[in-house]
Amino acid sequence: MATTYQLKRADFVFKNENDWEQVLSSIIRRSPQELINELISSELKGRGGAGFPTGLKWKITSELKADKKYVICNADEGEPGTFKDREILQRVPYKVLTAMAACGYVIGSNEGYIYLRGEYKFLEPELLKVIDEFEYFCKEINLDFKVKIFMGSGAYICGEETALFESMEGKRGEPRNKPPYPSTFGYMGKPTVINNVETLAHAFTIFKYGAKKFYDLGVQYSRGTKLFSVSGDTPKPGIYELELGMSLQDFVYEFGDGDTKAVQVGGASGFLVPRKKFADTAIGYQGKLTGISLPTGGSMMLFNSSRSMFNVLDNYLEFFREESCGQCTPCRVGCQQLLIGIKAVKRGERPATYLDKLLRLTETMQYTAKCGLGQSVANSFSSIVENFREEMIY
Amino acid sequence: MSPIQSLIKDLADQYGRKRESLLPILQGVVEQEKYLSEYSMVEIAREIDIPAAEVYGTATFYSFLEVKKMGRFIIRVCKTITCSMKGKSQVLFAIQDMLKIKIGETTADGRFSLLETNCLGLCHKAPAMLINNEVYTDLTPEKIREIISDYMTK
Repeated sequence: MATTYQLKRADFVFKNENDWEQVLSSIIRRSPQELINELISSELKGRGGAGFPTGLKWKITSELKADKKYVICNADEGEPGTFKDREILQRVPYKVLTAMAACGYVIGSNEGYIYLRGEYKFLEPELLKVIDEFEYFCKEINLDFKVKIFMGSGAYICGEETALFESMEGKRGEPRNKPPYPSTFGYMGKPTVINNVETLAHAFTIFKYGAKKFYDLGVQYSRGTKLFSVSGDTPKPGIYELELGMSLQDFVYEFGDGDTKAVQVGGASGFLVPRKKFADTAIGYQGKLTGISLPTGGSMMLFNSSRSMFNVLDNYLEFFREESCGQCTPCRVGCQQLLIGIKAVKRGERPATYLDKLLRLTETMQYTAKCGLGQSVANSFSSIVENFREEMIY
Repeated sequence: MSPIQSLIKDLADQYGRKRESLLPILQGVVEQEKYLSEYSMVEIAREIDIPAAEVYGTATFYSFLEVKKMGRFIIRVCKTITCSMKGKSQVLFAIQDMLKIKIGETTADGRFSLLETNCLGLCHKAPAMLINNEVYTDLTPEKIREIISDYMTK
């Protein structure tokens, strides 16, 4: 049992600050280079889940010469168990807009887009009002920056950055080959910075309070705070801002219902951690010295002992099978076969050793699938099958 | 000019006649008509001058762009993990009992369609559903009966 209780709460993202006008004015008084250095020294990493250093992203795009560049805010939040971006856009949209304008100023772009998922259409009217107000202020301080909302239409895969560009270009949301990366070849083939909603909200904090304040939170390689979307078997579901680097044991101690059997970290494309590994698991980006460190887009789903892990896996695979764009064979056929496979084992039509064959299939998918969707099916599949093998069979 | 033709023309005037305008135009038609008929997809193709197969291919990729006739109110119940753990099935049964339709069907009066959908991003208030763009959370069969009877009079 954890004797020292180490969950560190924070309150930056949702803190209501009515001074975005001053923050934005002070941002454009500084040089782009200074702002990039500030972001790089804060060690802010992408909060969508992949964890690419945000400062570096801005830097690469700022150094390119092009007639047109774009700033895109990725609000296609589709990972099962994540709901923080919706809340940010509902409660502190001006922080996101300010950071977008800052990015536009740094890279030399006057056009921003928010790609809002179709499921969040109800946010659109309110958001348009805020954008109006925001653009009016930009004009006042002679900052040429416009923001448009682009609505998605119900496709998980469009959260993948290149699929998102394809979708904005009026095509099927099928991921492109990488490289080239968005920094050089993004929307309409132009250099594009694409950031998650939460990343932009943190950038606001960094520009307002300075990089040091952000850097001092969290642990090595995982600096700052992160919003966690907590759901499942917990007495207090909701969104919590916590410092990175916490141990999963502490997390469960705070949010569990006393009977937590496993926690899914990072949504359906993340990892399932069983009870016996809680103490050895930390939440943060890769590179921590001891134990396992799991990255997450913020989805934390708790399961208690009344839940069948077979049903959980079955639900995930159904999700992936439907949301796979169908472009590359390993993912399209792989997802279908995994679902058929675990059902066959459960019904006794296949021997238990068939599970090992399926594990090898996920390995193949990890190596050969074109984008993150197909590659990450292996994460949840192998962590569930390896830790709860008997539940898959009986 | 048929009403759909003029709707498409208006949308094209608003969003432009480029490939990038395709999704907003498709969404605009769905907003009005609730679905994309073959006729409207061909008309869209004609209006922005791209092959009709491209329009069809794009439309069928997105789960919120229906190509089958839908009711006036489209109910989308979230079926992803948290909602399914927190009683999605009872919610679905309650809806099916009231409307006498199964998943994927539309009521005879053309008022309601019932669909399942993937994660709505409301897991902390599960189970959740959308009726058109409206969000309903923390659902119970009792709540469903109230919400649906409300819609029955609309």
